[in-house]
Amino acid sequence: MLFFWAFIVGGLICVIGQLMMDVGKLTPAHTLTTLVIVGALLDGFGLYEPLIDFAGAGATVPITSFGNSLVHGALLEAEKHGIIGVITGIFEVTSAGISAAIIFGVFAAIFFKPKQ
Amino acid sequence: MITGKSTWTFSSYPVIVSSGVVVGKEEAISNLNGHFDESFEDMFVDEDSYERAQEVLLTKAIDYTIKKSPVKKKDIQFFISGDLINQITPTTFAAKKLNIPYFGLYSACATSTEGLALAAMMLEQNGANYILTGTASHYAATERQFRFPNEYGGQIPPTAQRTVTGAGTILLGKEKQGLAITSATIGKVMDYEMTDPFNMGAAMAPAAVDTIRQHLQDRQIDANYYDKIVTGDLGAVGRALTEDLLKKHHITFQSNQFIDCGDFLYKKEQNMQAGGSGAACSSVVTYGYFLEQMKVNKINKLLFVATGALHSPLTVQQKRTIPSIAHAVSIERK
Repeated sequence: MLFFWAFIVGGLICVIGQLMMDVGKLTPAHTLTTLVIVGALLDGFGLYEPLIDFAGAGATVPITSFGNSLVHGALLEAEKHGIIGVITGIFEVTSAGISAAIIFGVFAAIFFKPKQ
Repeated sequence: MITGKSTWTFSSYPVIVSSGVVVGKEEAISNLNGHFDESFEDMFVDEDSYERAQEVLLTKAIDYTIKKSPVKKKDIQFFISGDLINQITPTTFAAKKLNIPYFGLYSACATSTEGLALAAMMLEQNGANYILTGTASHYAATERQFRFPNEYGGQIPPTAQRTVTGAGTILLGKEKQGLAITSATIGKVMDYEMTDPFNMGAAMAPAAVDTIRQHLQDRQIDANYYDKIVTGDLGAVGRALTEDLLKKHHITFQSNQFIDCGDFLYKKEQNMQAGGSGAACSSVVTYGYFLEQMKVNKINKLLFVATGALHSPLTVQQKRTIPSIAHAVSIERK
């Protein structure tokens, strides 16, 4: 059953993104940041974790999950260290992804030249 | 001589001496395969950037144009050209190498006919004996300036068009006979408040309609006077819109009389959405194909209407509309 809901929820999030680009005429960058912010807001209201429990990778794979992780890390650290934790915790959960993007990006730029 | 509201008619008949066209790999396998002087498989054309590649394409087209004419480079008085890339710098660098007095134009993809019209007027007024004019564009250089980085891979809608990689140039001179520029109509900037840079055909259609109407009215002729009316880069979407709008003004065409270079160039299976665009679209197709058709008497009277979308990346970001323009030039046998 989890597979079914992952398929439906993940697909629906992507449908929303596609509609934002095709009907709303948003650029890919605007679509991406809007979905990240929506994920962050949902976690702020405590709604994203239940969605992950319900739909598994259907909720963790789309970019909304990145917004969720940013807020999640900030809230966890805030519980431990107060207001400073909000600053130090934002990249707590997402640091592996961001570091990997930077490191692999640097190597790709050194060794490859983009084609048209 | 001014005729009607905004048309010049030329009595001395500035004549087309020669032309040169070079293209990239997608254009080489298009419907016009075999109609070009040279094509390049490598999008960098052995340079280290796409902008330099565009500069080389323009230089090569000029070399072919001069080589195919009896005229020597030192006898050419002026070079009139422009392109789409930041402050028309690829053209500037090509003009530096060429070392002929230079007029830089910006009318986006309508630059080809703007150059032709100005060159014809200069020849008519004895301002020169030979003038070289033309345009170049490059898919990857244009894409990264106007849309997204080349490595980004964003989705594009079916109304989008592909910038033609290539260059087409032409040498005009005061000769007794041949294919002559007989008139030119200068367009107005039109703006129907379109804002989608992925649907430039629709933004440019009103400009094409206005210029074609004005041209026919000024010369007091019917559309059937011309064997072909060729627009620059409206694409499939813009071409259909233009035909509909012209019908409302009671201007209708016979089948295959009204052709758009962007719509005409690529094969369906090349999957180029609404077709070709870019400053070189009109010059590559017209100088590579339609002039050849005129030389073998398959076409005798041609109206060439290049269309340009005059937005910049900045005005799109600031959510301004896309103004557009079209200039028409008639080419007839004299």
